[in-house]
Parts: sequence; C-alpha cells; structure tokens
Amino acid sequence: MAYKIGDLKTEYQSDWCPGCGDFGILNALMSALVDLQLDLKKVVIVSGIGCSGKTPHFINTAGIHTLHGRDIPFATGIKLSNPELTVIVVGGDGNTYGIGAGHFLNAGRRNVDLTCLVFNNGVYGLTKGQASPTLKLGMKTKSLPLPNINDSINPLIVAIACGYTFIARSYAYDVKHLKEIIKKAIMHRGLSLVDILQPCPSYNDIHTKEYFEEVINNSKRIYKLEESGYDGEVKDPSDQQEIQQKLIQAILKAQEWGEKIPIGVFYKINLPTYEDRITQRYNKSLNPAKDIFFDGSKPTTDISQLLQEIEVKKYTRG
Amino acid sequence: MKKINNLNWLIGGPQGSGVDSSAITFARTCSSIGLYVYGKREYHSNIKGAHSYYPVCISDTPIRSHSDNIDILATFEKETLLLHKDNVVPNGVIIYDKEINFEIDNNKFLLVPVPFNQIIKEAAIKYQREKDFSKLQIMRNVITVAASLAILNLDLEYLKRTLETIFVGRRAKLLDINLFAAQLAYEYIKNNEYDKKSIYELKPIDNKQELVLTSGTTATAIGKIAGGCRFQTYYPITPASDESEYLEAHPEYGVLVVQTEDEIAAVCMAIGAALTGVRSATSTSGPGFSLMAEAQGWAGINEVPVVIFNYQRGGPSTGLPTRHEQGDLEFSMHAGHSEFPRIVISPGDIEESFYLAAESFNLAEKYQLPVVFLSDKSIANSIQTVPKFDISKIKIDRGKLLSDQELEQIIQKEGKYKRFKFVEDGISPRIVLGQGAFWNTGDEHDELGHICEESNNRTQMFDKRMRKINKILEELPDNLKYKLYGPEDAEYTIVGWGSVKGPVLDSLQEINKYYKTNFLQIILLKPFPAKEILPILKKAKMLISIESNYSGQLANLIRKETGILINKRILKWNGRAFSREEVFKSVIDAINLDQERIVCIAGI
Repeated sequence: MAYKIGDLKTEYQSDWCPGCGDFGILNALMSALVDLQLDLKKVVIVSGIGCSGKTPHFINTAGIHTLHGRDIPFATGIKLSNPELTVIVVGGDGNTYGIGAGHFLNAGRRNVDLTCLVFNNGVYGLTKGQASPTLKLGMKTKSLPLPNINDSINPLIVAIACGYTFIARSYAYDVKHLKEIIKKAIMHRGLSLVDILQPCPSYNDIHTKEYFEEVINNSKRIYKLEESGYDGEVKDPSDQQEIQQKLIQAILKAQEWGEKIPIGVFYKINLPTYEDRITQRYNKSLNPAKDIFFDGSKPTTDISQLLQEIEVKKYTRG
Repeated sequence: MKKINNLNWLIGGPQGSGVDSSAITFARTCSSIGLYVYGKREYHSNIKGAHSYYPVCISDTPIRSHSDNIDILATFEKETLLLHKDNVVPNGVIIYDKEINFEIDNNKFLLVPVPFNQIIKEAAIKYQREKDFSKLQIMRNVITVAASLAILNLDLEYLKRTLETIFVGRRAKLLDINLFAAQLAYEYIKNNEYDKKSIYELKPIDNKQELVLTSGTTATAIGKIAGGCRFQTYYPITPASDESEYLEAHPEYGVLVVQTEDEIAAVCMAIGAALTGVRSATSTSGPGFSLMAEAQGWAGINEVPVVIFNYQRGGPSTGLPTRHEQGDLEFSMHAGHSEFPRIVISPGDIEESFYLAAESFNLAEKYQLPVVFLSDKSIANSIQTVPKFDISKIKIDRGKLLSDQELEQIIQKEGKYKRFKFVEDGISPRIVLGQGAFWNTGDEHDELGHICEESNNRTQMFDKRMRKINKILEELPDNLKYKLYGPEDAEYTIVGWGSVKGPVLDSLQEINKYYKTNFLQIILLKPFPAKEILPILKKAKMLISIESNYSGQLANLIRKETGILINKRILKWNGRAFSREEVFKSVIDAINLDQERIVCIAGI
C-alpha cells in the first residue's frame, strides 16, 4: 500500500525555530518520497552537523547523522557498498561549502549516484549566526558584530567546475518547486546538488522571506528558470559542443544575483557514474554488502591463487 | 671450514636503481633451496637517487630479524661501500664495480671487483641492443646477484629458475639478456676462483615445510581478503599504501578499493560502508591516523564495526616518513575526544599479520566498535619466509547481526526495533542499512538512535557502551591477548609488542646461555589484559621492556594498568628497527648495569 506523509513522520520532536526554512525543506523532501514511492527500507538520509543535520531524525527511514562536513564521504561509502540504496545527503552551507568543502569538491570527480541537498542560509545557525561561506563580503546580519570580512563562494559554479552532473537551486518556501526539483535530483543517475535558499529567521535578517519574494518591476525577485525558457539539460552527452555551450550558459546564469535570483535546474548531463566505472574495472557490478564470504563460521574465499603467488617454490636439482 | 647456509648479505644503491628487486631475487633464490630468509627494506623519502639498502639474512633455521653484521656486501656504487664497509665482518666479501676507485684493507676482506660495464656491453652486443646501453644498466642488479651466488658456489640453475618467475608477462622478452648477463657474471667469478677464496657457501637443504615469502603489507591484505573485507579506503601514505595497492591489483577478489581525497574521507567512507554490513577497513600511517581521530569517536558512539589499519612510522608530524617507529601506541589507544570502547591489537610479525587482520573484523562485528590494527614499518616493509597461511584456521563470527526474519520478529514482539537497546552485555542486536529504519548520530542518543540530552539516558547509554570492555576481556582467548616465549620459570622477562618480537626471539636462545629469560609479547593493547599478564610479570626477578619509541609507552601502560613499574627500558627511536645483536647486548646490559634507559642507536 502506498505510504503517505503521515507514515513518514517519526515521534522525534523538532526543535527548529518557528518560521525556519528547514520545515519547508523537510516537507518538500517527504512529499518527494511520497510521490516517488521508493521502497523505504532502501532509502537512507545522511546528514552533517547543524540545524539541517537533525533532518534524518524526523523521517521514518534509516537516518545517519554524521560529523560536521563529512556527510558526503559517509554517503559515498554507503552507496558504493550497497548500490541498491537511495542515498540522500542533507547538509548546511557551512557544513558542505566550508568544513566539508574538500569532500564537496572531490565528490564531483567521482559522480557517485547521490543526491545532495544543501540548506543554504548564509549563517552558522546552531552556533548562533556566524558568517558562512555563502554570505557576501561586507554583509552584516543581525548576528554579526561587524560586517563579513570574507567574500562568498558560488556553490553552483564550484559544482559545475567539479563535475556534478545535476546542478539545481530551489527555495525553501516554494515547497512545490522544491519537491519537483528534489524528485528530479533523486531520479537523476549521478551526483546531484540542490542548493536550497533558506531564510534563517533567527540570525539572517537580510535573506528573509520578504527579501526573496520581493516584487521588483512587477515580478518576484526569485523566478523559475523553467518558466524563462532556460534549458540546462545536455541532450547528447557525446556532443562536446553542446556540453560547452550548456556549461557556459550555466556559469553565466549562476552569477545572476540581486534584483533577479533564478531557481531551477542549471545544468544536467547523463554521464557514467562511479558505479559504472567500478563495473568496468572489476568486470562485474559490485555490491560489497551482499558479497558472501563465509558459510557458517567457515570463510569461503579461495585465496589459493594469492598464496601460490608468494609460495616458496623449492627446487632440487635432479 | 666454510660457513654453510648462514650469512647476512646486503645490497645498497641509489633509490630507483633496482636495489629492492635484487634483494627479492636473491631472497627468492635462497628460499628456493629450502633456506629461511629475512629481508629488511631501508629507503629515503625520495623517488630517485638517495641511498637505499636491503639486507637479506639467510639461515637453515627460521629467521625473523636482521643483523648489524654483513658477511657479503654487494654493490655497484661507491656510497654503499663507504657507508657499510665498517659493518663487514673480518673475512667478509665485498662485491663492487671494478671501475670504482676503492681502497680498503686487502687482507681483512675478500675483495671482488666485477667488470659490470664490460658484462653489460657484451650482453648488449649479443642481443643487438648497443644503443640501449644506458637502459641496460639496470642489469647491474642481476649481475650483482649472480656474482653473489657464484661466490656462494650455488649452481646458476637456481637463479635461472627465479628469473624465469620474475621476467614474465610484458617483461618476458628481457629474460634472455638477463640470463646471459647473469651467466657472464657467474663465469667471471668462477674463472677468477673467488668462490674458492670465500668462506661462505650455500647448499640446498631438504626442507619439507610449506613456506611463503612475503611482506607485512601483503600478508595483511591477504588476511583481509580471507576475513571477508570487501571495502577498503585509503589516501596515499608510506608505508601503508602498499597494502591498498595490493588489494587494488587483485580486483578479482571483489574488494572495492576507493582512493579518497584525504584520510578524513577515508575513515568516514569506511564507516559509512560498515553501516551497510560490509566488512570495511581503511589503512594509513601516523599523519593520516591523526586526521581520523574525530571519526573514531563517531564510530565509537554509534557502535560501528570498522577496522583501521595503522602502520606506524617515525613521527611526530611528517617525522621519518619511510622509517620505523612504535611511537603511536598511546595515541592509537586514545585518538578522539572523551571515552568510548575500542580495541587496539598489534601483530608481532608477518605471519600474525595475516591471521590478526582476518580476526580484527570478527572483533569489530562481535563487539560493534572500531578496531585499530596497530602494525609498524618494520613489519610492513620486511620480507620473510613464514609458514604458509592456513585459511582453515580462520573462523568467521559476525556477532549479533540480525536477519530480516529476526528483525521482523522483534518488531512484532516489541513494536519497533531499537538499535541501541539497553542489554546486559552492552551489545545490542544490530541491523544494517537496507533492512529497515534505524538512526545514528554523533550526539548522545536514546535506544532508537535519536538525539537525546536527557541526563539519565546519558548515564545509562554511556555505561551500556563501556560494558563491552569487560566482555571483551572475559571472552577473548589468551592467544589474542599475549604470547609467552621461552622458559616459564625464567628469572628475567622481556616485555614487548609489535615488531620487536622478531629480533627478541632471534636472540633469546643466546641470552638464555647466560640468563634464564623469557619474552612476553603483548598483542591486545586495549582493553589491556592486566589480569592475565600480572602473574607473569610478578614471577620475574627483573622485567625489561623493549620498544621502538622514546619513553617506553608499553612500559608506561603496564604501570598504569597493573601498578608494576618496569625500570629497565630498552629504547630506540632512530628510525631503524632493532637488530638481533642489539637486543642481545642491550638485554645483557639491562641485567648488569645500574641504568634505567638503555638507548640503542644501530643502523644506517
């Protein structure tokens, strides 16, 4: 029987602040799961540290709340050792683009079939509002004693440079849009990034709901790429020219920020995943978690060939 | 009288010139006539040019260590001669390049100048490869080995057989020219009758024992495969990488090896993998292990069975990246903040590495915790003839791992599955990802695995985890805790761990000619088997510890765990493993001298 949102809820009580964008993201994620009706036993939510890190505790699937910035390596280990699992990573902007930046970057080189949702609010909420890697230079949120002395990174462009094969942005208060983007990201075979703009009502008084939804020249600041005629999907992954064109288009579009902020799919391409590369290297698809290496208490791996390679071969001259 | 089948041979040369393959060729040839060998690889943190050397010790009885003495010094360059000549014994043999201008006492040693260039030229002409003359310089290695075996009066046929096993695949086409060069070198020695002047000789013996000749990293890797490890991560680091590369080179065994961006990713990926039920490991050395500290705490609080293989090298910091040390005992026991149960287990040699590597996954799964397999550079990079590994001695025990049916029964009976259910022995039945919902968090958690800061839960959950420690100590058999070698009623007990085992066992007989002495090897370092070893320690008139570190970390641990102060400590931290002569002399000194620290400094 199909499961509903209510079936996905746990008894664990949320302690997010009232009005937090996290609620929208949680709703969108659970709605996406309901729409997709994935086998819940095979869904794993992996999180990092911060307010977003608590997400798995609210969802009735396996949930692995890891270390600060290390959600992607944990998720990579989980997915590669059991490719049957659907692995969804949730982390904050400080978690993923700051302390976990090395992993965020190198994950792109592998293109493991993971979905990374980044709750991007520009601040380190759980430690009371310090500037995160996505807060721009000179900005002073109410939690900061002085304006931000660091400039920000553009996660979408970083993801493009690193090889992510699905790169999107959405917005926490547009649950419907976010849900559809999450569904696409989950269904995408390869590494997906969904950067989610999310107000922090407690500490970020700049990037508020009002800011994102402000109407300027008769249209909302946040607008949908799909509605603007933008198409980020590479149709023929063997066409280098098309790839070039779509990459440049995505980089240009990702720089748009200010009066207009685009959300939607910036770039998408179907390329062999790390799992495909493993299959090629090992001449078979691997599911290490399902490998049978014993019978009762007896190991069943035949190591005789390995022993033969190092065996002392004794010669006696006849 | 000739010295037969017992000698120490040493080859040296610039890194990248083939010193290692010469040593392995020599070692394999000697083992093929039934002899036991032990070889130790010494090298710089450098790709090409710096001095490296490789002693190979040969014996007709099992041998496990190197010697400070050289019977045959074989080289083709001057630096090795200058660095090692003082270790050559009287009447020892020095094989060197005829073209090197080298002055040394002719009466003390048998000097054997070999015309390397002439031999290579002759071989090049015969195989029409004159234009490759500089490339063919690599044959200096095979010439050195052939000259050595000629001096030892061993039939050239044995070397041929070895070379036939080495020059295979894409290197097969090089076999003939190498055989020819070997033959020229061999004949040169014979024609000049150097073999008649040498006091050393090799003779095949009838050795029925089934042996393998291998290194610590290879033995460990095969142990992992046999024990069911199917997921391994690593970030390149000396001397641990060899093990991962071995696994990578054998994809047919299905061990998924992932080279990560750093050691933090390596350990986190391995822990993630372990959550799916696969037997999962990562391999590293000091600097990488330092980066793995935080994640070990996560594996501890979430009770994840993961095995971290830590090959110690010289520290602190980058330290001596290619050299030996046992300086990480205290750190391996405590890496990570606060307290959580963890097993630290240390093999003493290559053979134990195989069995313990497999066993470490049983321990991790049975007790649901991180296991640190604490090896060292000396074990990792040495080669030794050891009894052939016997997989039938390995048993698989996955502990309280629930099947889907068992999980279903629990859910029907209790309403839900609790990953961290309070149970008396502290080990809650485990399921893996893919079986159903459960939660993990680095925060303190309740029985379900949800974040919980409630004070009573904290008290109980911490206690539940820590209860496992007693269970480990109760259940583990003695041979996984310690081993005692030598007379039980000894007056003197040497206490050590890890690779000191080899040189201690190789000198124990000699020490016992003077003092009744035994050797206590500690294998389980955490939790510490204090109760088990206390009677042994109490029995001895004098305790002597031996460790490759500055302060005597095991001795300090014994003091902490048993109250017994070992005030005779043999210590060495110059980056080179103990030789057997050094162990002998320092044990005798420890017994006779009124001195708490006996510091060893041998090795180049």
